[in-house]
Amino acid sequence: MTKANQMKATNVPPADDPSAMIVIKNLVKQFNTLRAVDDVSLTVGRGKVTVIIGPSGSGKSTVLRCINHLEVPTSGEIWVDGIHLTHDAKNINAVRAEVGMVFQQFNLFPHLTVLQNVMLAQRVVRKRSEAEAREIAMQQLTRVGIPEKAQSYPSQLSGGQQQRVAIARALAMNPKIMLFDEPTSALDPEMIKEVLDVMLELARSGMTMVVVTHEMGFARNAADEIVFMDHGKIVEQGPPDEFFTNPREERARAFLNQILR
Amino acid sequence: MSLTTGPQQPAAIPLDPTADRSAQGRFVDRVSQWPWWLLIIVFFGVLIAWNALTSELYSAIFSRLLLGIGVTIFTTLVAYSLAIGIGLIAGLGRVSKNPIIFNIATLYVQIIRGVPILVQLLVIAFVIVPIAIDGVNALGAALAPVIGAENFLSQTKPQDVPFLSRCIIALAIAYGGFQAETFRAGIQSISKGQMEAARSLGMSYLQAMRYIILPQAIRRVLPPLGNDFIAMLKDSSLVSVLGVRDITQEARLYASASFRFLETYTSLAFLYLAMTIVLSLGVKWLENRLNSDGRGQG
Repeated sequence: MTKANQMKATNVPPADDPSAMIVIKNLVKQFNTLRAVDDVSLTVGRGKVTVIIGPSGSGKSTVLRCINHLEVPTSGEIWVDGIHLTHDAKNINAVRAEVGMVFQQFNLFPHLTVLQNVMLAQRVVRKRSEAEAREIAMQQLTRVGIPEKAQSYPSQLSGGQQQRVAIARALAMNPKIMLFDEPTSALDPEMIKEVLDVMLELARSGMTMVVVTHEMGFARNAADEIVFMDHGKIVEQGPPDEFFTNPREERARAFLNQILR
Repeated sequence: MSLTTGPQQPAAIPLDPTADRSAQGRFVDRVSQWPWWLLIIVFFGVLIAWNALTSELYSAIFSRLLLGIGVTIFTTLVAYSLAIGIGLIAGLGRVSKNPIIFNIATLYVQIIRGVPILVQLLVIAFVIVPIAIDGVNALGAALAPVIGAENFLSQTKPQDVPFLSRCIIALAIAYGGFQAETFRAGIQSISKGQMEAARSLGMSYLQAMRYIILPQAIRRVLPPLGNDFIAMLKDSSLVSVLGVRDITQEARLYASASFRFLETYTSLAFLYLAMTIVLSLGVKWLENRLNSDGRGQG
C-alpha cells in the first residue's frame, strides 16, 4: 500500500473533487476494426452506485473491464482512487487488489472448495494468515447467506449460489470498489433475486459500485446514477428517477420501451 | 451387431433386432463383447511364462534379459521425470506473451518434433555433450587464475559423462518437446475467465498460473502424460544403440552369441508388452477415476 500511496502523490488526479473514486478521461478501446468504446469520460463518486445500461455490443462491459485493466485501453486515462492506471504491472496489481470484480460466468475456481476460493487471494495477495483468511472468508460467506456451503465444490452449487460465492470472494479482499459485469445474465430466473438482494445490501452499506446489467428494477432501486451507452458512447446520464420517467434522448427512450414494455 | 444375420439376407432381419433372437444368437453377441485381444495376449503370455519356467533355454534367456531390466526402468523413470520438468517450462514458454520466451520455447519444440529421436540421441551423445565438455574445459581454463590450473572444470573429460547419462539427457530433451505441447494444450483448454478472475483478485500472472491454471490443466493432461510414460518405456530401447545394457542390449548380445534369434527377440517383445499393458491399464484406471469424480469440471 505504501507503493500505491507514492503513486497517489506523484499522479495528480484530474478532478480536484476528492469525492471521485473512479475518473475516466477520453477512454477509447479499439478491437481491430471495431471501436468498442469511443471517447468515454465518466466520474464515479465515492460510495455511489453507477449502473451502466444499453443494448448489447454498446461497450458497457469493455468500459468496466478497462477499469481494472483486464482490457488495455487504446487511449485515454483512468484514475482509481487517485492511482493513475499505467502499463506498469505493479501499479495494475495494486489497483486490482482494491477493485473487486464479479463476472457473468461466475468464474469460481472449480478445483477448490468454496472456502478455499474465498481464502486463496487473501493468503497469496494480502498475505493474511490462514486463521485470519478463514475468519474473513466465513464472515463474507455468512454475509452472502451461504456459510453452510463452505466445504462444497462450485460444481455442487446452483448458479445463484455460485454467483454469491463469487461476490464473497471479491469482498474478502476488502475492495474499495466492486465491478459487476452482467452478474445475473447467466442465471435461471428464480435465482436472480437472491443475487440482486446481496447486491442491494452491498449498495446500502456504502460500497462504491459500477454495475453493468439488464435488471432495470435493480437499476431503479439501487443506482445513484444511470449511464446509458450505445455504439461505444455515453448517450445519456442522470439520476434514475429522471432517466426512467423522462429520458431526454430518443435512443434511450427506444431502448427503455423495448426493455420495459 | 449380430453374427447370425448377414447383409446378404436383408429380408431375414426382423424389425426389432432383439425380439426374435435365439439363445444361441444372444450367446454369440455376448461372446463377441469379450476383450479377445487381451485374452490372446494372456494366452501367449502364459505360454511364454510356462516356457520360461520349464525350458532351460527360455529361463536362460529371461535371466539374461532381467540383468537389463534395472537399466530400462531407471532410464525410463529418470528421463521421464526430467522430461516433465523440461516440458512444463517449455509449455509455459509456449503460452507466454513475452516474444523472446515464446520464440525460444517454440524453436526448441519445432526442432525436437522435426528430428527423429534416434538421430537426436546420436547428436546429443556425440556432438552436444563433447561440445559442452569443451565449454566446461574452456571455463576452467579461464578461471585458472582464480581457482588454480588444476581445477575440476578444466580436467573434465568426455569419458566422465557415461553413455547412460547421455542417453537419459537425450530422451529427456526429446520427450520434453512433446510434453511441452501437451502442457500448452492443457493450459489453453482452461477457460480465459479463470485467468481473469485470478488477475482481478490481484494475483500476478505467475501466481494465477501456479494456483489456478496449472492445477486444473495438469489434471486434464494426466492421461496423455501417462501415455507418454508408456511411449518412453518403449523408446528407452533406443539406448541399446549406444551400447547401454538395457533389456534390448542384453537381448542383442545374447542372440548374437547363441544364434537363438527367434526365442530371444520373442521373449524381449513379450517383456515390453507385459510392462506396457500393465501401465496402460493403469492409465485407463486413472482416466476413469478422473472422469468419475465431479470436481475439476467446468
